[in-house]
Amino acid sequence: MVRFQNVGMRYGLGPEVLHDVNLHLAPGSFHFLSGASGAGKSSLLKLIYLACRPSRGLITLFDSDIATLPRNALPPIRRRIGVVFQDFRLLEHLSVLDNVALPLRVAGARRNEFGDHARELLRWVGLDDCMDALPPTLSGGQKQRVAIARAVITRPQLLVADEPTGNVDDSIAMRLLRLFEELNRLGTTVLIATHNEGLIRRTAHPRYHLSGGELTGPIQHGESIATPTAGGRG
Amino acid sequence: MLWRARDLALDADPARRFLPWLLAMIVYLAGIALAGMMSLSSAVERWDTGLSGTLTVQLPAVARDAGDRNVDAAIAALKRAPGVVRAHALDTAETAALLEPWLGKGTLAEDLPLPRLIDIRIRPDAKPDIEGLTALVQAAVPGALIDDHKKSLDRLITLARTAELVAGAIVLLVVLAAIATVVFITRTGLAMHAGGIELLHLIGAADSYVARQFQGQALELALRGGIIGLALTALTVFGLGRAAAALGSGLLPDLSLGPAQWAGLAGVPIAVALIGMVTARITVLRALKALP
Repeated sequence: MVRFQNVGMRYGLGPEVLHDVNLHLAPGSFHFLSGASGAGKSSLLKLIYLACRPSRGLITLFDSDIATLPRNALPPIRRRIGVVFQDFRLLEHLSVLDNVALPLRVAGARRNEFGDHARELLRWVGLDDCMDALPPTLSGGQKQRVAIARAVITRPQLLVADEPTGNVDDSIAMRLLRLFEELNRLGTTVLIATHNEGLIRRTAHPRYHLSGGELTGPIQHGESIATPTAGGRG
Repeated sequence: MLWRARDLALDADPARRFLPWLLAMIVYLAGIALAGMMSLSSAVERWDTGLSGTLTVQLPAVARDAGDRNVDAAIAALKRAPGVVRAHALDTAETAALLEPWLGKGTLAEDLPLPRLIDIRIRPDAKPDIEGLTALVQAAVPGALIDDHKKSLDRLITLARTAELVAGAIVLLVVLAAIATVVFITRTGLAMHAGGIELLHLIGAADSYVARQFQGQALELALRGGIIGLALTALTVFGLGRAAAALGSGLLPDLSLGPAQWAGLAGVPIAVALIGMVTARITVLRALKALP
């Protein structure tokens, strides 16, 4: 599903923020990505959801080497990836319902084809009473749930979430985690970046850990974080 | 309002308020230049059609009786000339009418020693032998001259064609100004909506999906501006035509436009709208290439 081999990344001419990253997410797997702020979690996720290109190394997504793909082949790959952005990235002039349905519209679906599905999903994340609201009128937690609903509405093959429970209380966080696990049971590969150790400990999923741009893992539930290793073991 | 996806809040852009008015001015200028060009072209065609195959014989001004005799002698000579199908002598009143735009109405023309004019029509398939005709007429009436309209018409046509070229250049410049305006406003929109565009890009929108939103807006605004510009053009052309007709002077060519020419003018806002749409699309597609 996702494979990184000796991947390095830098922004412009700046210092390298990821060094020799080796990562393997098997189809149907569920991983956390932990690490302190500034460790490079968001940068790693950006490489996965194709917001950035690596400065070196090989990235394989859905069995395709992304470096060799023509640019016009990337949008269909992006449509197979659901992304929960740390800063939500909701379009403020669109209603909650339209924001959630955005990936379906981009994929070419008509409103009468996705309206019911979007409403059902919003009910599931507890936002059935504000479907027509505009994002600026929502709380941080509500925005986060809208962002999550938008990321999962297409039932993506790969779900990447950057601190998806950062703005919600524990009960909502657990409910969202259940949603991710439900998707995972349906076959979606999940990678959740979080610094919420409590959330990680409450589940049995393995994690990768980033520190100073170096990736360790996968670390199975209950194992302690060791010093950075040279490569992921899948 | 035209249908288009509104994932980006382009409708809220300040540029949205100005673009129709800018394009209205552009369409107005293009319309006026085009109307001038078509009007001149029609006038040239009318002059060419009206004057080809005609010559004018000018007999020296003499006393009225001698003048009439000269006219009779010249017409008799012209009737013998090959290719001449008609020779019509203008009487004093007709000559005075020709001079009326310069001298005004009144008896002044009758008081002046005016040359007598004979209007000759040549058979369409015959090439007029100007020198032979001149010799023939001069043998009958010494001092007679033949005016070949082609020379003066050629000069007028050259002048008109130059004016047409200038008008064409104006239309071209105006189109370039429209393109520059749309490029500038589209780039402003791209900068203002960079976040939304990046989001669409990251959730899998093809570049053409994003471009359609900009090109749809450009088409909509350009059509609005174009209709305003066309209305102003129509008012101006109609007003100028009425003013020229009211002058009743032979100095001005007929500035009125025919149905086909009005249809051509109506195509200006459509052309500008399409140019705006294509320009916006190309601008967006080129800008999006910078994204990974």
